[in-house]
Amino acid sequence: MSLRIVVSSVSSDAHMWNLVYLQLLLEEAGHEVTNLGVCPPDGTVMDACRGADRPDLLVLSTVNGHGHLDGLRLIRALRRDPELAALPVVIGGKLGVRGADAEEGGRLLDAGFDAVFNESEEPAGRTLAAFGDFLAKLAQTVAVREPLVVGAPH
Amino acid sequence: MPRFADFVRTATAAGRLVVQPRMGFGELARMRAGLTAVRDCRATTIGTVTLDSYTRVGDYASARRALREGAELNGFPLLAHGAGTVRDLLREVSGDAFPVQIRHGSPLPLDLFRTMVAAGVDATEGGPVSYCLPYGRVPLPEAADNWARCSELAARAPDPMHLETFGGCMLGQLCPPSLLVALSVLEAMFFHEHGLRSISLSYAQQVHLGQDLEALAALRELAAERLPGVQWHVTLYTYMGVFPRTPIGSYRLVEDSVRLAVHSGTERLIVKTPAEARRIPAIEENAEALEFADAVARQAAADCADTNCPPPTRTGLLTEARTLIDATLELGRAVGSALVTAFARGVLDVPYCLHRDNANAARAVIDERGMLGWSKAGGMPVTVRDSDAVCTSPLTADRLTTMLAYNERRYDREDLVGSLLRSSA
Repeated sequence: MSLRIVVSSVSSDAHMWNLVYLQLLLEEAGHEVTNLGVCPPDGTVMDACRGADRPDLLVLSTVNGHGHLDGLRLIRALRRDPELAALPVVIGGKLGVRGADAEEGGRLLDAGFDAVFNESEEPAGRTLAAFGDFLAKLAQTVAVREPLVVGAPH
Repeated sequence: MPRFADFVRTATAAGRLVVQPRMGFGELARMRAGLTAVRDCRATTIGTVTLDSYTRVGDYASARRALREGAELNGFPLLAHGAGTVRDLLREVSGDAFPVQIRHGSPLPLDLFRTMVAAGVDATEGGPVSYCLPYGRVPLPEAADNWARCSELAARAPDPMHLETFGGCMLGQLCPPSLLVALSVLEAMFFHEHGLRSISLSYAQQVHLGQDLEALAALRELAAERLPGVQWHVTLYTYMGVFPRTPIGSYRLVEDSVRLAVHSGTERLIVKTPAEARRIPAIEENAEALEFADAVARQAAADCADTNCPPPTRTGLLTEARTLIDATLELGRAVGSALVTAFARGVLDVPYCLHRDNANAARAVIDERGMLGWSKAGGMPVTVRDSDAVCTSPLTADRLTTMLAYNERRYDREDLVGSLLRSSA
């Protein structure tokens, strides 16, 4: 099942390679990607997820150490918005300035992220595998919610 | 001459490489301690104040709030502290023997420049392209206008500021050197056009020593050619891409950047620390990295006098950089408008850069020779090596990662013999 995914940085993070990489990775897996690029204001991210543009998943990728602040603010705004309250949203990268911090991760999950992939917590390969598992599960749920059109041409 | 450039010239004349960290802390006391440690370490140093990312994007309210609430910032919030406080800080720690540069990363830095001029800051850096395309969403024409006003402000300051281009670093990695050199020279010409007379041109270490030497020689030749009447020097950055994870690998990469600086006649080096792969380094780690760089520089200078310096490659980099510069300058009467048009038409095109004003049609790879090269030219007058299998095979996420981690892998080979290094007990 192919997902429609919005990939984005957070408002204060100008790192780009993580976004270029994620787009290639997700496209190779057959997903359709809209890449919002670096330093998007919260409003830009939220507007990109509304109405007809609503994706199956919003992936926030950030490595500048402000992710625990920017991500928290953004997810609170998203969850307060009736249209976006149920949107699957994940965040990953290097989220704090001190390296691994389980408390920060817990706070982000409590605030409404569906998953947190803090790269400094464990080897990056494992974080990526966990992200892959998350995508696979989400693809199944979306497939159940949107069954294949009966009688569609094979 | 600004005391910043004066300091560099004196050091060069004495055969010393000027080394400088990348360092910024939110709290004033810690910033002061950091600058003092850099000033007092055993090396020829210039101090750095790196700004936090809220201040970079103009979100001064968030920077002030973080400062008030004691939340950790990833740099120094210049405006939240204010010109008076910064002036006092600089009076206290800096002087003719220790100039300080502010490093920021802002596409629209006019507020920052006003504060810097009011605070009597020696030097700063950036550029209309290099701080716009990779770092935000500001349209390039707007950044070019803003930077023109900033340059004029810096040039008219009671003590005219020294400005360094950041054009030699686009995206930190995977940008072929001919484009880095062209952009660094074009941004220096832009500064010059707007009144600055004391300028440094940057270049970031890439993946191949010979190619980097060729690039730095081209940069010097083009600077001499295109910047008449300007006091200029060259600044090298230690590799800005994905860094080795092991301390040994990191130090060896830093060591190679020092040797590259010395062998290329580069005057100033911005040094990275081994901790940077994982987090923002502590003050002591920065000071140690600077002392390490200084020790390597002395040895490299001695080596160079004894034997021949390693030779640069001869790949036609100078010609390609000059062609890019000339193709750009044809497109406008002023350097700023020429740059804007060149990007709009894809005559300049930074590979992989997602900014809307970048064509993003060009692609770069690390080729079979281990050098950076073009795999797609886009609209640029550059050459793709069709004979090179790496240049012609399709790009995947996996290949991108492999290229991004090229130096990390190369310098972390100790991982292969990890047991020998780990068995300390």
